[in-house]
Amino acid sequence: MSSEYILELDNVSRYFGSVIALKDVTLRLRHGEVHCLLGDNGAGKSTLIKTLAGVHPPSSGTYRVEGEAVKFSSPREALDRGIATVYQDLALVPLMSVARNFFAGREPRKKLFGVIPVIDIPYANEVAREKLAEMGINVRDAGQAVGTMSGGERQCLAIARAIHFGAKVLILDEPTAALGVKQSCNVLKLIHKARARGISVIFITHNVHHAYPIADSFTVLNRGQSMGTFAKSDITKEAVLDMMAGGTEIQNLVDELEGRAA
Amino acid sequence: MSVINENITAMIDRSRAAAPPKPSSSDERVRRLSLWKILLDRPDLGSIAGTILVFALFGIFAGDSGMFALDGIINWSQVAAYLGIIAVGACLLMIAGEFDLSMGSMIGFAGVMVAVPPMYLGWPVWAAVLFAFGGSMALGALNGYLVVRTKLPSFIVTLAFMFILRGLTLVLSTHFANSTIVSGVGDKIGSDPVIATLFQGTTGHWLFSGLAGMGLIDKLPNGEPVVGGLPKVLVWWAVLAIAAGFVLARTRFGNWIFLVGGDSNAAKNVGVPVRRVKISLFVLTAFCACLFGVLQVSDVGSAAADRGLQKEFEAIIAVVIGGTLLTGGFGSVIGACFGAVIFGVVQIGISYTNIDSDWYRVFLGGMLLLAVLFNHYIRSRATASK
Repeated sequence: MSSEYILELDNVSRYFGSVIALKDVTLRLRHGEVHCLLGDNGAGKSTLIKTLAGVHPPSSGTYRVEGEAVKFSSPREALDRGIATVYQDLALVPLMSVARNFFAGREPRKKLFGVIPVIDIPYANEVAREKLAEMGINVRDAGQAVGTMSGGERQCLAIARAIHFGAKVLILDEPTAALGVKQSCNVLKLIHKARARGISVIFITHNVHHAYPIADSFTVLNRGQSMGTFAKSDITKEAVLDMMAGGTEIQNLVDELEGRAA
Repeated sequence: MSVINENITAMIDRSRAAAPPKPSSSDERVRRLSLWKILLDRPDLGSIAGTILVFALFGIFAGDSGMFALDGIINWSQVAAYLGIIAVGACLLMIAGEFDLSMGSMIGFAGVMVAVPPMYLGWPVWAAVLFAFGGSMALGALNGYLVVRTKLPSFIVTLAFMFILRGLTLVLSTHFANSTIVSGVGDKIGSDPVIATLFQGTTGHWLFSGLAGMGLIDKLPNGEPVVGGLPKVLVWWAVLAIAAGFVLARTRFGNWIFLVGGDSNAAKNVGVPVRRVKISLFVLTAFCACLFGVLQVSDVGSAAADRGLQKEFEAIIAVVIGGTLLTGGFGSVIGACFGAVIFGVVQIGISYTNIDSDWYRVFLGGMLLLAVLFNHYIRSRATASK
C-alpha cells in the first residue's frame, strides 16, 4: 500500500500514570522531506520520538508506516521497518575505533581458514571511511578512536551509520544541541544530503535558527499538544518562535532589560 | 541571531550548489606518527615495559643465581601460568565492565568439588571433574544473572559469593574429611588416564630429553634432563590466552565485549545482547577459576579450604597492570598475560636475591599504583585529538 506519507501519527496520546505526556497529536511525514519538530523543554518532544521509535506504544490513536497501521513492541521492530533514531548519546563508544563503532552490533564477517567466523576488519575500515567521506567527513584513519573526533563529527558518524544500514526515516534528537555554529552547519549539511538521497528526516530541536533553513515543514509542540503543522512557505521564523511560547518571553525580557517594562 | 541564521542558510545554499566534494585519499590534516606514539596507544604497552623492567632488575640482582636457568624459568613461569589462567578470564570480564571477586573462593570450592566425591562418595574421578566444571560454571551463571538482573554493582554481588563459597569450602571439607585439607585425591587422579593426561604433571618429555641428549640443556647425574617436561598448566594458559586474545580482537563476540564495557546503553541501542554477553563472561571466569582449582589439586594431590585465597585480587592486579581500564571498554589479553608474568618473576625471583621476601607485596602494590597512573595517562591520550 503506498501513501503520500511515510509516517503518520493520528490523534496519538500517551499517558504515564496520571501524567498526560502527549494529547491528540497528529504528525505527518512526507516522503523525502525534512520535518522539524519544535518545542520547548517539557513539550513532549522526547515522548513523541520514543513513540515513533517504538519505545513507547501510543496509549490511544494510530501510528501508520507507509499507510499501514503498526504496533511496535520494541525499537528493533521500528528499525526493521527502516525507522532509525539517533539519540543525543549517539550510541557511540569513545574508546573504540571509528570502524568498530560504525559496524557495532552488525559486524561484517568472513571465514578464517574457511571455518572460524571473524570480523572482516579491512572491509569494515574501508566501508566506514568511504561512507563517511560520502557524507563529507574525512576520517583520517578508520582505526582511530571515536574519542578523537569532534562532537559534530560524532553526530555525523551516527547519522552516516544509520543511513548505511538502510534507514528510510531518520529521527534526529537535537543533533545540534551541543554544537558550535560551524559544527551545527556540518550537521545541517548532512541532513540536506540525506534528504537528497530520498531519506525522510524528523529533526527535533528547540533552536528555530537551526530548524528554519533546512526544514520543509514544521510541527510545533507545546505542553503535550500539537500547535499545528506548517509548510515553510506559510510561516515566518518569528511566528514559529512565538508559537513555541519562547517569543513572548524573550520579547518581555528584551523590554524589561531596555527599561520598557510596565 | 539572524546573522547566524543567514550564515547557515548561505552555507547550505552553497553546499547545494556545489558539486559534492570528492573525498580525497590523502588528507593534509594527517600527520605521520612516530612508532613511539603508535605504541603509546596500545593498552598492553605498560605491562610489556613493566616486564622488561622486572627482567632487567632481577637480571642485575639475581642474574647468576639460577633464576634464569631452565629449571628457574619453569619455576616462575608456572606461578605466572596459574595466575595467567584466571587473569585471562578476569580480563575479558573487566573489559565488559564487571568484576568477579569470587574467583579466588571458586578455586577452593572447585578443588573440594573435585576431591570430596571420589574420596568420600565413591565417584569416579572423571565424574567429579565434570561435576566441578559444571557446578562452577552454573555458579558463574548465577553470579552473572544476579548482576544483570538486579543491576547491582558486580563488586558487591561477587563479594557475597566470595564469602559464601569460601565458607562452603570450609564446611564441606571439615564435614567430610574432618580437616581443612582433603588429601589422597592425587593418586586417584593419577590412576585415571584421561584426567591425568589433561591436568596432571608435565608434557613433552621427549623434547626435553632430546635437548638434553644434544647437550643443549643440563642433565641430572642419572642422565635425565633437569626439567622433565613442560608443566600442563603452561599449556592450558597458552591455549586459553591465545583463544581469548583471538576472540577479543577478531570476532563479533569480542567487539560486543568492548561495546558492553564501553557503554552498555549504546550497546543495547545497537542491538547487542548485553545481558547474554555479561553472563557468559561470568561463566568464563568461573571456568577459569575451576581450571585453576583442578590443575592445582592434580599437581598438589589434595584440596584445601584456603586454596586460591586472595587470587581474585592478584588476577585483577595482573589485568590492571596489563592496561585494562577498571571502568571497562579498553584492555588486552596480552597485557594481562604480561601482568601475570610480572607476578611470577617477582614472587619467585625475590627468593633468588638476598632481598627479604617480605618486600614482595610492597613491590606489587607499587607496580599496581604505577600501572594505574600510567593507564590513566594512556586513556586521556587515546581519547584526545591527535
